[in-house]
Amino acid sequence: MAHVVGTSARRKEGPEKLAGHARYVDDYRIPGCLHGVTLRSSIARGRIRRLVQDPGFAWDEFVVATAADIPGQNVVSLIEQDQPLLAASEVRHALEPIALVAHADRARAYEALAHIQVEYEPLEAVLLPEQSEQVFESFLIERGDVAAGLAEADLVVEGEYSLPHQEQAYIENNGAACWFEADGTLVVLASMQCPYYVHKAMKPIFDLPGHKVRVIQAVTGGGFGGKEEYPNLIAGHAALLARKAGRPVKIIYDRHEDMLATTKRHPARIHHRTGVKRDGRLVAQDIEILMDGGAYVTLSPVVLSRGTLHATGPYDCPNVRIRSRVVATNTPPNGAFRGFGAPQTLFAAELHMERVAEAIGLDSVAIRRKNVLRVGGVLAVGQVLHESVGAEAALQRCVKLSHFKDKRREYARWNWRNDLPTWRGIGLALVHHGSGFTGSGEVYLASKATVALTRAGEIRVLSASTEFGQGTNTMFAQLAADSLGVPFEWISVETPDTSRVPDSGPTVASRTCMVVGRLVRSAALKLRNALLREHGHVPHTLRRLRKAALKLCGDDLERHFEAQYERPAGMQWDDETYRGDAYEAYSYAAVAVDLEVDKATWEVKLAHVTSVQDIGTPINPLLAEGQVVGGTAQALGYALLEAPVYKEGVMLNAQLTNYIIPTALDTPEMEIAFVEAPYSNGPFGAKGVGELPMDAPPPAVAAAIHNATGLWITELPILPERLAAADRRRQTPRARR
Amino acid sequence: MRRRTGLLELRVNGKPVRFGGPPFTRLLDVLREELGLTGTKEGCGEGECGACSVLLDGRPVNSCLIPVCQAAGRRIETVESLGTPASLNVLQQAFLNQGGAQCGICTPGMLMTAWAYVRGGGSSDPAAIRRELAGNLCRCTGYQHIVNSVISAVRSRRRSLAKKRSAPKRAPVRRRRPAARPRARRR
Repeated sequence: MAHVVGTSARRKEGPEKLAGHARYVDDYRIPGCLHGVTLRSSIARGRIRRLVQDPGFAWDEFVVATAADIPGQNVVSLIEQDQPLLAASEVRHALEPIALVAHADRARAYEALAHIQVEYEPLEAVLLPEQSEQVFESFLIERGDVAAGLAEADLVVEGEYSLPHQEQAYIENNGAACWFEADGTLVVLASMQCPYYVHKAMKPIFDLPGHKVRVIQAVTGGGFGGKEEYPNLIAGHAALLARKAGRPVKIIYDRHEDMLATTKRHPARIHHRTGVKRDGRLVAQDIEILMDGGAYVTLSPVVLSRGTLHATGPYDCPNVRIRSRVVATNTPPNGAFRGFGAPQTLFAAELHMERVAEAIGLDSVAIRRKNVLRVGGVLAVGQVLHESVGAEAALQRCVKLSHFKDKRREYARWNWRNDLPTWRGIGLALVHHGSGFTGSGEVYLASKATVALTRAGEIRVLSASTEFGQGTNTMFAQLAADSLGVPFEWISVETPDTSRVPDSGPTVASRTCMVVGRLVRSAALKLRNALLREHGHVPHTLRRLRKAALKLCGDDLERHFEAQYERPAGMQWDDETYRGDAYEAYSYAAVAVDLEVDKATWEVKLAHVTSVQDIGTPINPLLAEGQVVGGTAQALGYALLEAPVYKEGVMLNAQLTNYIIPTALDTPEMEIAFVEAPYSNGPFGAKGVGELPMDAPPPAVAAAIHNATGLWITELPILPERLAAADRRRQTPRARR
Repeated sequence: MRRRTGLLELRVNGKPVRFGGPPFTRLLDVLREELGLTGTKEGCGEGECGACSVLLDGRPVNSCLIPVCQAAGRRIETVESLGTPASLNVLQQAFLNQGGAQCGICTPGMLMTAWAYVRGGGSSDPAAIRRELAGNLCRCTGYQHIVNSVISAVRSRRRSLAKKRSAPKRAPVRRRRPAARPRARRR
């Protein structure tokens, strides 16, 4: 049997997508369906006095729903129960949903919104996190003695870093269609990452037991975290209208509404104080993190947690103190976005490392090699890394592939010349990213996955892990095929439908391959054992498989083989002290960015990116590379282009016209390589890949810009105007060094 | 072009189609809602993302910016005119082999823009391909695998054209600069 793990098997659902046959939520024609639209708050904070519907308007054509129509609790359940489905008495952020309108004609539905007046009693809004007094969550992580470490240091380097919102900008906007079946079952068909989050959120709103809620994932046009928790809200809205209308209701956001109202990456301010010895050894890292959570808790505590746990960078420093908090502001809630807090803290950590290197007179590579995590290394939470640490290997490979040292020399000569129109620079960054939920998160999730054998001899993978471009379907089919020892083509992967699939947890946190993939493998092995018992061997032909299936299924249509998460032996975590094994395993990446800065316009032109990752064994190298290139492009947008502008808690440039994401011309050619440090508990040695590529490019860009211009730009995005301003602040070029 | 019937007449994927609604209906809505051709997607509704790209007389346009009356009497091609899942065309097959599609939402528009380029004899130079695709946003792939897909399709098509001519000597491939695109390129 030829093995399929480790090969670039073709995307399972690829042909459907390529022929335009794949059905996204807006592609479903649902008979009798109405279109829902949302009335939103025009102020950032205030009490709602009353809602007035224009008496001269033909309201009998429309279905209108407010908080008063909610049969159960007015709450969007997530970590906390603080966010209402519809604001009833107060609004805490601009664009907060207040009322819903449905009509068979979408344009008519929008028209109605102008005929509802909301009377507010405005209250003073808190728009900046520094001014907030409401803390959603805070953490303190300590290792060793920071004061002693700083005292012992030969040099202490301080730095302040600032990161903006970032929009996920999936190309398919959020959307959901909902209806009630004759038996009262609520059906949600939506673009989403986490069917069981939606399932959990619908129950209290409609006061329904679990078996009366059915959530189906439509083909989903990108997520990046933006469809992790937000679908709870939009599905709740569509379902509320559907309940009142007695007909199916679809809500599809347009781009403007999606960018204005849905979650974004948390803005952050991060302060570093680092003690270093003359030889480059880190002896103290004192880090403070402040994140802006927006108006409701959503996922902020976990975003902060991941950000905090990655704040040191992939280094082994004996004395660490990290103090972090995420606070409330009267702005639309921030939420999940690929990387989940880590891109913010790793930007600060890695750019700061460059400044430490410069201060102590070491180069970028030497200081990292001096401190990098290796097997046996210890993290700030006390976690000892026992295996699968490819950080140094990734760094070395990246330095070599990018010709880092030669380029540094070459560019020094280039930048010395006054007759050239540009400066050139190359910079690098090294990061780690934990796979799976933090700490005991996976234990609480207790995820399940199933491999089913039908009487007809089909082998089906059943899980709640969604496909939204990353390659879940293909990768699961590869894992199941090799675990069973059957051809890849024999395996099909079902689209998540909560009436069919077990709860595999959410499709987030770089957990699908390593955590759920391991369950798929275990379930497939159970089926294999059953086949061996019944049949003596795994059938080699479909005809024989069908025969074996008839025997194994008995009178049932299909037989299920299920596996459930078990914490790997030896892994420990204490939620109280926040110490222990924060993640089962970490993936690592080293990235070098090669760029040019125009001396007249300060425009940055990316020349080349080299990215080397240790993700354990890549199950499907082509798909894994797709994750890396795509994540890198998104990270380069974060670094250089994506500049959300806010005024009074509202995003002013909520359009793709002026919120610029990278095009094919903004994205440079990339060289991607893998160094494999397999993880013994990962399926076939795999670790997570999804979020890792988001972490390293921004600090590598900032380091390259420093190499080119001598300017430290500590705030993203690095726009030409920001570079020009930093240059104006610098009195005489390079005089202070 | 209104004929005697008072209806707008278009040619969509080779078939004559009549449309009787308001002449300023977006071509995108006519394709998706009237004709059920939901392969064409809406991403932004303002001509920035290119997810709704279709070919109008062989050239890529954003169908969210084209009123249907402007398409009257003209040839429209959508993703449905390429291959089916069971029989992908050369470009679709290249996207499958090279990882050019991930979430798939930008894919139909990307394919149409790329198809105009490949069919028009575009070169396999990555820089030229990137310029051509600059009006189609993709948030998943970082474009590299899309560019690779187009390069591969250009080469396969050249090979198959050369084979078709089956001349004793290898037929020279006709190269033509692709027609200028009717929409602004970003950045």
